[in-house]
Parts: sequence; structure tokens; C-alpha cells
Amino acid sequence: MKCDEAEILLQALIDGELDAGHAREVEAHVATCAKCGALLTDYREMSKAVANAGAGYTAPLELRRSIEASLPSAQQPSRRAVLRGFAFGSAVSAIAATGLVAIVLRNDDEARIQSEIVSAHLRSLQAGHLTDVVSTDQHTVKPWFNGKLDVAPPVVDLTAQGFTLIGGRLDYVDARALGAVVYRRRSHVINLFVAQTANTEHRAAKTETVQGFNIRRWSERGLNFWAVSDLARDELADFGERFEAAMRAAG
Amino acid sequence: MPVKISDNDPDRARRFRDAALPYLDDVYTLARYLLRDASDAEDAVQECYLRALKHFDSYRGPAMKPWLFAILRNVCHAEYARRAHAPAGNVEDLPDSAEQVPVWQEAQESPEAQIVRRWDGDTVRRLVAALAEPFRETFVLREIQNLSYREIADVAEVPVGTVMSRLARARAMLRSAWLAEQEQSK
Repeated sequence: MKCDEAEILLQALIDGELDAGHAREVEAHVATCAKCGALLTDYREMSKAVANAGAGYTAPLELRRSIEASLPSAQQPSRRAVLRGFAFGSAVSAIAATGLVAIVLRNDDEARIQSEIVSAHLRSLQAGHLTDVVSTDQHTVKPWFNGKLDVAPPVVDLTAQGFTLIGGRLDYVDARALGAVVYRRRSHVINLFVAQTANTEHRAAKTETVQGFNIRRWSERGLNFWAVSDLARDELADFGERFEAAMRAAG
Repeated sequence: MPVKISDNDPDRARRFRDAALPYLDDVYTLARYLLRDASDAEDAVQECYLRALKHFDSYRGPAMKPWLFAILRNVCHAEYARRAHAPAGNVEDLPDSAEQVPVWQEAQESPEAQIVRRWDGDTVRRLVAALAEPFRETFVLREIQNLSYREIADVAEVPVGTVMSRLARARAMLRSAWLAEQEQSK
């Protein structure tokens, strides 16, 4: 095999696209040719380096919102939600495997929003994008949201109750950027979405099933909460009750 | 600047959103590498998603990601090539130096793999952005987007053999750039 031929086939060897017969030929050539051997080594290193470098880009929030807003079902945001941040005192405790997402929404088009919340939940699981900030420390997760959203979602540590805080991320529901706090219980992710609402009354929790996911919804202190997960109803209820209790305890 | 499209079917929009939006970062990444300009990339991605939604009914595969890439590529070439800092070129347009540099140039130097491993995102972006277009595109689709040769060939509308030769050239140029950088830092 000549070097110029090997140089082309090297690529396919590196990328795992070469059939066994040609792979043997290229390997035989590389074994006896210092030049091609050096190329193979360098290219493999380069390939690894590029893969590890994180050379991708993240789409700007504005672009994502703009595309969401251009889809037929999305409604234009009528006003910016401005919510005060929540400060939660002491860490409550450790939890294992649920994703909790907090979202800020502006109206109560419940069925559509629930469906969007399930979509957001699914996206978070599919895209390998569960968390933008990975931390089990509420004092890391909460400040991360500051400056990214009009209101930082409440972040409560429920580790001792069996729900592990695993991080937060920005998400998009109803064409708006929202904060998501992600918890884990065993292998189950819980996303909690928190939305501003004009109604400051307490609304008791209600659980519904949408597309096979359980959504527990409640309102407290001018915020709507949606916790979504594939957890069983009773476990999701347990999560919601403990979260509400922790919020009340924090004043 | 959202553009409302006439088709007003929320279910279809939802299906499209669930299928296509998870790839937004990937599409945006490709746009950044193809156009090398953040604001041009945003416009192109926006247009790409509008076109993709319009043609979503006729989508039968292949995978969603290469399908979106093919649309994005058309958008970039049709509407942004003139504005891009580097116009869409082909092999013949390359500067002589790129053509004449043998790929094994400086291969006698001992490879300093440790340096390569320390490449960070910014270094990779800068060196890849400096590649001429068909090589940059092929390299990004392969190394950053992890497409197969077949998928790259479909996206770029060239035979698989061309994908391989472009990849060979891209890697050779990138390696030369890397070696040159090491030379400078000594």
C-alpha cells in the first residue's frame, strides 16, 4: 500500500468505518511506515482532544425563545414575570434521584401548560441536558439562577427525606425561560416548575397523569408549582409535601 | 422577531418541537462553525427551524439531526454565503499553500500528545474555524457532531469518498496548525 492511499484509509480506520480487510492492510502499512504511523497517532490524539474539549456552542436563550415563539401553539409572552427571590434557610436534607424543575409562567392554561411541562421533562431526559449547573448544594444551585431569570426558583435541600438535589437548569415552557431544579430519587428524575401567579392564596396539591407522567401541582405565596416525574403518585406526593413543609419551615 | 407561519396546527407544532428542538444546540454549533459569526448563525438557525417546520410533514427520516443539518447547510449556502466572512469555497479555491503542503510535513517531530490533550474548547474552535470551508464542515460533522460518513455524505451532498479525502485534508491541516502553534510557543 502506498502512503497516499493509506493516508485516506487512515481516516476510516480512526473513525471505525473501515472493513476488516482494509483495516488489516492499513495496519500492516502503518506498522512499517514511520510517517503514516506518526499520522495515525497524532490523528487519534487530535480526535480525542477535540471530543474532550467541548468545542460545541450553546444556542442563546433569545434564539431558543424566538424559535419557540414562532411555533403555532406558542403564545407571545404578555408581560415579564417579576418575582421576588426566595431565600431558604437551613439545608433540610438529602434525597435520592428525582428531578425537580421550577418554572415561571404567567397564565393558567392548565392543560396546555401541563402538556408542555411533560415535553420539557422529556427533553431534559432525552437531550442529555438535565442540568446546566450540577450541584447537590442548594447554596450553589440557587445563586446560579440569579441574573438568568426574573425570579430565582426556590431551592430546597431534601436529601434527608430521600430526594437528592442534583442541580438546576434553564428550561422553556410556554415560550418562556424558566428555572428548573432537578432532584433524583433512586433512578427517577423529578422536575419542579415554578410560575408566578397573581393569586397569592394557597391552593392544595392536585395530582394528574399526563402522557404517563405524574404531575403534582400546587400554589403557594404567589407561585405555581408543578412537579413532574415518572415516580409513582404516592412518592411524588411525598416529595411535594416535604417540599411544601420545607418552604413553610423556611418562613 | 418571531415569524408566525400560516399553518396553525398546535399538535403538529408540538410534535415538531419535541423532535427538533433537542438538537438546537447542535444546529447552532454547526451554524457557528459554518458561518463563523454569532449573529449570522442565529439568523440561519432561525430560518432553518422555520423551513424544517414547513417541511416537517414530508420528513420520513433519516435521523432528525442530519436532516436539520442538511436544511441548515442549504440556508447557509443560499442566504448567508455572501455575508459570511469566508465565502463557500471548494477545493479549487484553496490557497496554493494549503494544497501544496504535504500532509506528512513535520511528521519527523515527535508528537507531543500531552499538548494535544490539553486543547481546550477555545483552542479547538479557533483552529477549526481557520480551516477552509469544505474541510471545516466535514471535520465538524465528524468530530464534533459525530455523524457517520454516510450521514456526512448525505448532508454535504458528496460521495463518501469525498468525505474521506476532505477529512484527511482537514486533519492534516489541523495537525500542521497544531504543530506550528507548538513551534511558536517554544
